[in-house]
Amino acid sequence: MRSADQLLSTRKGHETWIPILELAIREVFELMLGSKLDLPGDESRQQPGITAMVGLAGQVCGVMSIKCDTKAASRMASKMLGSEPDEKSADLQDAFGEICNMVAGNFKNKITGMSDKCMLSVPTVVTGSDYSLRSLSDSDSIEVTMLFERLPFTVSLEIQS
Amino acid sequence: MSGISALIVDDSLTMRKIVERSLRGAGVPLTKVFEAGNGAEALGVLQDNRVDLILCDVNMPVMDGLEFVKRLSETENGKGVPVVMITTEGSESVVVQALSCGAKGYIRKPFAAEDVKESVMSLLAGKL
Repeated sequence: MRSADQLLSTRKGHETWIPILELAIREVFELMLGSKLDLPGDESRQQPGITAMVGLAGQVCGVMSIKCDTKAASRMASKMLGSEPDEKSADLQDAFGEICNMVAGNFKNKITGMSDKCMLSVPTVVTGSDYSLRSLSDSDSIEVTMLFERLPFTVSLEIQS
Repeated sequence: MSGISALIVDDSLTMRKIVERSLRGAGVPLTKVFEAGNGAEALGVLQDNRVDLILCDVNMPVMDGLEFVKRLSETENGKGVPVVMITTEGSESVVVQALSCGAKGYIRKPFAAEDVKESVMSLLAGKL
C-alpha cells in the first residue's frame, strides 16, 4: 500500500486512488445497505437531485461528494432506514449524508498515513441541481460512477494540491 | 435469557436505526432501546434510566463520544456500563484515546452484523 505522502508527491498520484475509492464505496454499500454495485456503461449520466459533501482537512485537504437523482437516493435511504422516506425528508438527507461520511472515512482509512493525519467534517447535503460548486485553487480530482440497483451515482474527491 | 436495555448515541438517526437493527440481528435480546443525538443528551437519558450497554459514535456536536465516556464514570447510572464506540474515525490514536477513556470496544464503520456480535456478546456474557 502506498502512503499519502508518496501519492501526493506525484502529480498523477491521485489516479492511483481510483481503485481504492471504488473499493471503499463497494464496502459501504455491501455492508451497510446489503447491495452489490455494478459498473455503468456509457449511458449512465444522471441529473443530480441531491448531493452530499464531506470535507477533508489535514495532510490531505479536499471535498468528497456523492451525487445522484432523488430516486436513487431515496432507495439508498430506504435500505438503511428500513422504510421508504419522503423525497424531501430530513431522514433521506441524514441517510445520504451518512453514506458520504462512511465512504470518506473508509477511503481515508485505506490509505497509509492518511487515517491519523486527516480529519473529516460533518456531512452537508444539498438538494436540487441548480447550484455551482467553486473549485479549490490548484486542485486535482478523481471520480467514480457506479450503479446502485441500475441507478447511477457519482462519488468525487477534489483534492487540493 | 434475560432482556437487555441499550443506549445508542449517534447524531445520525439513520445510524441509530442501523445499530439497533444490527444488535437485534446479532441476537441481542433487546427489551428497551434509548436513543440520544450527542453525549450531553445521553447523560440526560442516564439521569433517569439504567442500561446494560451503550453504543456510541465519536464525532458528534455539543458533546463528542470521548468526552461522554470520560463523564460516564461520574454518573450513578453510567458507572460500570460497558461502552462500545462506533465510528468512521478509524485512526489508531482515536482508538487508543477511546479505550483509555474507558470504552470497552471499538467498531469501525462500515461494519457487518458479525462485527457487532463479536464486540457486544462478550461484554454481555454475565447478563445473558
